[in-house]
Amino acid sequence: MKRVLTAALFFAELLIAWQLVFLAKIWSPVLLPSPIGVGSYLWGVLRDGTLEASVLVTMKRLVLGYLIGLAAGLPLGMITARFRPVQDTLGVLALGLQGLPSVCWIPLALLWFGQSEAAMLFVVVMGTLWSVILATESGVRNVNPIYVRAARTMGSRWLHTWLKVIMPASLPFIVSGMKQGWAFAWRSLMAAEIFVTILTGFGLGQLLHYGRELNAMDQVIGVMFVIVFIGLLADKVLFSPWERFLHRRWGTEK
Amino acid sequence: MTLQQELAVSPSAKLAVKDVSKAFRAGGERVQALSQVTLNVNEGEFVCLVGPSGCGKSTLLNIIAGLETPDEGTVQTDGVPIRGPGRDRMVMFQEAALFPWLDVFSNVMFGLKLKPGLSRNERKDVAHYYLKLVGLENFHRANLHELSGGMKQRAALARAMAPNPRVLLMDEPFAALDALTREQLYGDLQRIWEERRKTIVFVTHNVREAACLGDRVVLFSTRPGRIREEFKIPLPRPRDINSVDLAGYATEIMRALKGHLDAPEVQI
Repeated sequence: MKRVLTAALFFAELLIAWQLVFLAKIWSPVLLPSPIGVGSYLWGVLRDGTLEASVLVTMKRLVLGYLIGLAAGLPLGMITARFRPVQDTLGVLALGLQGLPSVCWIPLALLWFGQSEAAMLFVVVMGTLWSVILATESGVRNVNPIYVRAARTMGSRWLHTWLKVIMPASLPFIVSGMKQGWAFAWRSLMAAEIFVTILTGFGLGQLLHYGRELNAMDQVIGVMFVIVFIGLLADKVLFSPWERFLHRRWGTEK
Repeated sequence: MTLQQELAVSPSAKLAVKDVSKAFRAGGERVQALSQVTLNVNEGEFVCLVGPSGCGKSTLLNIIAGLETPDEGTVQTDGVPIRGPGRDRMVMFQEAALFPWLDVFSNVMFGLKLKPGLSRNERKDVAHYYLKLVGLENFHRANLHELSGGMKQRAALARAMAPNPRVLLMDEPFAALDALTREQLYGDLQRIWEERRKTIVFVTHNVREAACLGDRVVLFSTRPGRIREEFKIPLPRPRDINSVDLAGYATEIMRALKGHLDAPEVQI
């Protein structure tokens, strides 16, 4: 309760400070709208359904690309950890491409796929895949070999060992990799939506982009709020419960 | 199959290690871990392997477990040569090797689930039985990090015994525990062994511990790992680690151990 109160107080103070800066008229209201202005913009797009529609379009792209990235990244990471030649090839490739800012994929995606959903999807998958591969690989590699030995003496073999020993033993790593993958997917999708205008769906990134084109700063800041909010929500709803469970089980909580 | 029936099927096995040799490469150098080791363990016998570190006693245990293969020689349980790890030979490791992603009960269930011929409820009954046997009946749902070192080894013992192996292999299971906990576990292990008599091969570098637990103590020498001498411990059970008779045997074994270390042919 005390923690919630502290957080609430912090954000309230932030809003008040913003309002005070606005009232001091240091910058023109075109450049710095008031919190109330941004609030009323958000209320407006919520009322007429524009915001919900864009969030839906964006989330569809994000979830689809993320799931593809996971579905490919988890098995590839395991194979990378297990086989030396794969580690020397795919492992190095993943390490290199993970360091590539995902916005760099956009020119390539545009030329390959044109102004299409496929381009969006490609960018999100590229943002997710490599970090999931790397996290899974290091998770599997960090499994204490004594667990596998113990399991073998109890009659565990191949698939059973992978599913019941190596997977759960590397889960803490894999979950943090999934979390990182999610963050990268989210970033790359926003970049893609800002740069790529396509007619099949009007996402949050595009809403942000047109805010700039129209010099509507309340829209720009409002959409930024929504993006931050979705990121926070995903963390709290998707990953925090997992992490809490793992910390409790493994005894790694502070 | 009821719990009683399952517990009744527990023939302990005779173990025959014959002319086993094993070499490793360590830092570019060839190390002869075991050389021509022959060891016979009777059904239901408790044998302790003692020796300085690096004498290959853990290697021998791993070979019996089927986790490593010997360069030469054979290992047989009741005349059947072993090929790889098997449920008839369970291992208890020094670091317990329990799975931290499972609670205590599920750890014990892990091996049981892999054992065919038991129903779900029978497996649970067996797990309950062994957790009670080791004194963890109130810790079924505990996470591993909530257990003390001694309790972890108790859980590991329950997990190793639950599939009803014919041979139990123990690799310095109490080495990391404090003296008081260890003494308690000596008593418990002897009690459990009286109740569920298994063939046990117990590796340790603690001479007194070996004299306390073993029917027989087998002394290894180092480089190459070889059996030097054997001692029968005919003391009645349960034995107290602090008893004077036991100290007598321990001193004798210790003297032999030091003698071999000083002997010119094993000088390093």
